[in-house]
Amino acid sequence: MDNQSVLTAAGLQALFDSLRRRGYRIVGPKVRDGAIVYDDIEGVPDLPQGWTDEQAPGRYRLARRDDEALFGYAIGPHSWKAFLHPSVQRLWKSRREGEEVAITPEPPSAERFAFIGVRACELKAIAVQDQVFLGGAHVDAHYRARREGAFVVAVNCAEAGGTCFCVSMKSGPRVDAGYDLALTEIMDGGEHRFVVEAGSAGGGEVLAELPGRAATEGDLAAAEAVVERTAASMGRQMRSDDLHELLLANLEHPRWDEVADRCLTCGNCTMVCPTCFCTSVEDSSDLAGVESSRSRRWDSCFTMDFTHVPSGSVRASARSRYRQWMTHKLATWIDQFGTSGCVGCGRCLTWCPVGIDITEEVRAIRDNPMERGGGT
Amino acid sequence: MAAVRRKPRLAVWKFASCDGCQLTLLDCEDELLAVAEALDIAYFPEATRAAVKGCYDLSLVEGSITTTHDAERIQDVRRRSRALITIGACATSGGIQALRNFADVREYAQVVYARPDYIHSLATSTAIADHVPVDFELRGCPINKRQLVEVISAFLVGRRPVTPAHSVCIECKLRGNVCVTVAHGTPCLGPVTHAGCDAICPSYDRGCYGCYGPMESPNAPALSAKLGELGMGQRDLTRIYRTFNAGSPAFRKESERNGP
Repeated sequence: MDNQSVLTAAGLQALFDSLRRRGYRIVGPKVRDGAIVYDDIEGVPDLPQGWTDEQAPGRYRLARRDDEALFGYAIGPHSWKAFLHPSVQRLWKSRREGEEVAITPEPPSAERFAFIGVRACELKAIAVQDQVFLGGAHVDAHYRARREGAFVVAVNCAEAGGTCFCVSMKSGPRVDAGYDLALTEIMDGGEHRFVVEAGSAGGGEVLAELPGRAATEGDLAAAEAVVERTAASMGRQMRSDDLHELLLANLEHPRWDEVADRCLTCGNCTMVCPTCFCTSVEDSSDLAGVESSRSRRWDSCFTMDFTHVPSGSVRASARSRYRQWMTHKLATWIDQFGTSGCVGCGRCLTWCPVGIDITEEVRAIRDNPMERGGGT
Repeated sequence: MAAVRRKPRLAVWKFASCDGCQLTLLDCEDELLAVAEALDIAYFPEATRAAVKGCYDLSLVEGSITTTHDAERIQDVRRRSRALITIGACATSGGIQALRNFADVREYAQVVYARPDYIHSLATSTAIADHVPVDFELRGCPINKRQLVEVISAFLVGRRPVTPAHSVCIECKLRGNVCVTVAHGTPCLGPVTHAGCDAICPSYDRGCYGCYGPMESPNAPALSAKLGELGMGQRDLTRIYRTFNAGSPAFRKESERNGP
């Protein structure tokens, strides 16, 4: 097939050079602060060569691999939403001149990102956020500008993390849509190489410039084996076909009280979730009362302000907040957007300081459901 | 808006404290002139000796109540103030000196002073809100300069200050920090601590020390279980909740749950 090609690590550098020539700001994985984070990178030398991550509920550690793989880790603490839907976004600013107030809306960003190393679950998460911000009558101009300008270089996972369950959520580990180029890194003892597939016209143009060779049957079989091996080694599993009915029939299950005892209501799960999109709107004004501005910043259904009304917070208890988050993510998201809000990336398990495991919480309810449907 | 309107009069009061929070006002540097422009700084012994008698539109109160004299003085401050905003851990939870709440202050006085009978301290160090109604509490040890300017700006236009009471974790995530507890195994009070510092310690690879006191819905027992897994013993746990906000109910309760 002519939309597939095989690159070496040197060929991969040519990809970076090509993207930079096209004016992209290149963001990809690199080692920083004891983790593999997504940040600005220059090229192949910045990639986390020979590093991997060990992940478990409430625990993440960088570790050395026994090979020199460039993408031999699962996923980082951050998700691409940090770039497409930044944590703080100014919406407008205003200035008072006498009796007049002039409002200047914040223009959408002109930044064009090239994302390197996007995993299948992350592509799915971007597709979920696309529905939130671009679907329906109210399109978010800020998200759209960043999203439409982005060039996505996906990577098929060669390593499942200890908290991964994309197979259960049918969102990986094979990338199937939503990328410009998709890489599969092959470390089979032979040449260290990447099978590259173009998924868009733009991706095809870039690929045509790269110093690759045609993929052989052997290359394609090796790439296939990588994804199959990963699919068979998921750290977690969660039956997902009946979650809507299961959770909504168990809204008064005693497990919600049990998890509330452990839940810190710190909001970490929502911050790291690649599909959580909620924001709060904040106003600021200067001391002179001349300039003011309005921004939105990531908010969480775990905060009290999130449901604050004059009589107080609607979801004052940890039980109600955890239940809201989990039932929205796994069940009512389907009513709202026609798809689950969970992509099985496992970040909410890993980055929960006390290691609350959403797959375990579902299992606890599934193994001992209430006899009759729950309350309201 | 009438341009000739009188500038609101500001007073800054000190009770038992280290002065660090008042100094945050002087530390405003770039904003200080704007503060002086917007407000008539009528009483601020740290900055000027010119004291103006009478009433104030806004009083910023630093420090905790530790003597009978101060317990009376805060009533007078309240009477003179249209709006009273407390600033810092001492004023909002009793401060470090609230450690006396766990002990016998007379015993301390006997050990420290040659003539303990000269010392007229209360048995406890308590927050200003335990004595008079408070219009707004700004947390921190010390308070954050940006938040102080925000509180004053909000007061001037009559809006609610943006000082969220959620966890420090959210500030870490907004900044893109890697979690020091999950990734490095560093004990951190961030999940139970009120935001406001912009996650300064985790941003420098340290755990949070809880300078801003408990967040809005702290689950300290659950965090303590995690800190125990990371190697903290009960004595450590008792002490980590007894620093700048030892007198806050949530931290006090959790420290006592772990030890005397």
